[in-house]
Amino acid sequence: MIKTDILIIGAGPTGLFAVFEAGLLKLRCHLIDALAQPGGQCSEIYPKKPIYDIPGFPEVLAGELVDNLMEQIKPFQPGFTLGERADTLEKLDDGTFVVTTNKGTKHHAPIVAIAGGLGSFEPRKPQLENLKKFEDNGISYIIRDPEVYRDKKVLIAGGGDSALDWSIFLADVAKEVTLVHRRNEFRGALDSVEKVQELKNKGKINLITPAEVIALKGDQKLEGLIVENTATKEQTEVAVDNFIPLFGLSPKLGPLADWGLAIEKNAIKVDNTLDYQTNIPGVYAIGDVNTYPGKLKLILCGFHEATLMCQSAYQRIHPDKKYVMKYTTVGGVEGFDGSKKEAPKAVVKTIE
Amino acid sequence: MSDVKIKIIDRDQVSHEVDAPTDMNMNLMEVVRSYELAPEGTIGICGGMAMCASCQCYVLSDHVLPEKSDDEEAMLSEAFNVNANSRLGCQIHITPALDGLKVELAPEEL
Repeated sequence: MIKTDILIIGAGPTGLFAVFEAGLLKLRCHLIDALAQPGGQCSEIYPKKPIYDIPGFPEVLAGELVDNLMEQIKPFQPGFTLGERADTLEKLDDGTFVVTTNKGTKHHAPIVAIAGGLGSFEPRKPQLENLKKFEDNGISYIIRDPEVYRDKKVLIAGGGDSALDWSIFLADVAKEVTLVHRRNEFRGALDSVEKVQELKNKGKINLITPAEVIALKGDQKLEGLIVENTATKEQTEVAVDNFIPLFGLSPKLGPLADWGLAIEKNAIKVDNTLDYQTNIPGVYAIGDVNTYPGKLKLILCGFHEATLMCQSAYQRIHPDKKYVMKYTTVGGVEGFDGSKKEAPKAVVKTIE
Repeated sequence: MSDVKIKIIDRDQVSHEVDAPTDMNMNLMEVVRSYELAPEGTIGICGGMAMCASCQCYVLSDHVLPEKSDDEEAMLSEAFNVNANSRLGCQIHITPALDGLKVELAPEEL
């Protein structure tokens, strides 16, 4: 069981900054995120896009902002459970919480701060009949162990980097690799596109474009796919053992919606007059995942919400302690790793 | 302040005629959200960067719209329920030329 002071669900910019504000109050944090890397949407959807409304940064790339936040919170040694989705919230008799992920990892904390953004990122699934039936029998959306595909006939659908990269990788592993995309153009790194071209010329990748998979074939397990040329409408059947649709990720509020939280407009209602607490005392919601009158889904608003949430969390954890907010320019930043940052002392010396 | 009239058929097939301002730097996705014609969280998920297809719509009138950018073209090539008249609402800037535009919101991706 992982134990911490504030359990943060979602490692986007708001969740990351909460670690800093909590650290100033000597509270430790642990973050859970369904994605494999921290940064949330900033890392997953638009790492190379500039952001212009972060105070003090006339322009910063979303990916750089995440790097900066990771650097800023490093002294506070946050824990991470990445690649796992927070599935259940259980309130114990003593008022503390246990959050369990889809992989069974348990986390225990007196405070839960949901910084879940738009929800957890789930693979986009094609809209095909009998999709569910084959999900464990030939269809997968994420490649965990490439060895599964050794000497198999694999069809990958998609036009982005992951479709290209996995086609290249599996060309050496699988018996047959077919890549299907709705257009002739691919949007991926140039060298990946060139590599696929080269493998296609060598006959190691069977490329079908512009086309899409329109039907699944098979009794118990997947045996074939019907691929339709989107221009000519001509249909061909491709015999496969595995079908890997790689259409990117889309966010879903998911299991959070069943935690007994008050939800409005796909977001969690919070008390914005005080501390962004939800209807469950001890559970807060900050950043894009919450809603209140006048809510704006901006990173800078998430930072503010994270700051006030930490003050309230401190009071809940230490009801008897008095606390006065300190400026970092005055108090410096003392990390849990023993590091200390502070303003250099002015030199007092007589000029003769 | 100058408005144009736009007809929007929502995902429940209900038709709405709304006033859309041409002087507020708005796009069609934002117009749909401002009138709450689709629930928050189901449209404009990426915020208008042509990086999701949650604002996909079908253009039903014969207005001449600006060409699709590479980003929009690429996104639509990966979206579902795409037709020849599909566009991303976030890439359609509201201009006086759009007066009388008629669109239908594409189904939500589940």
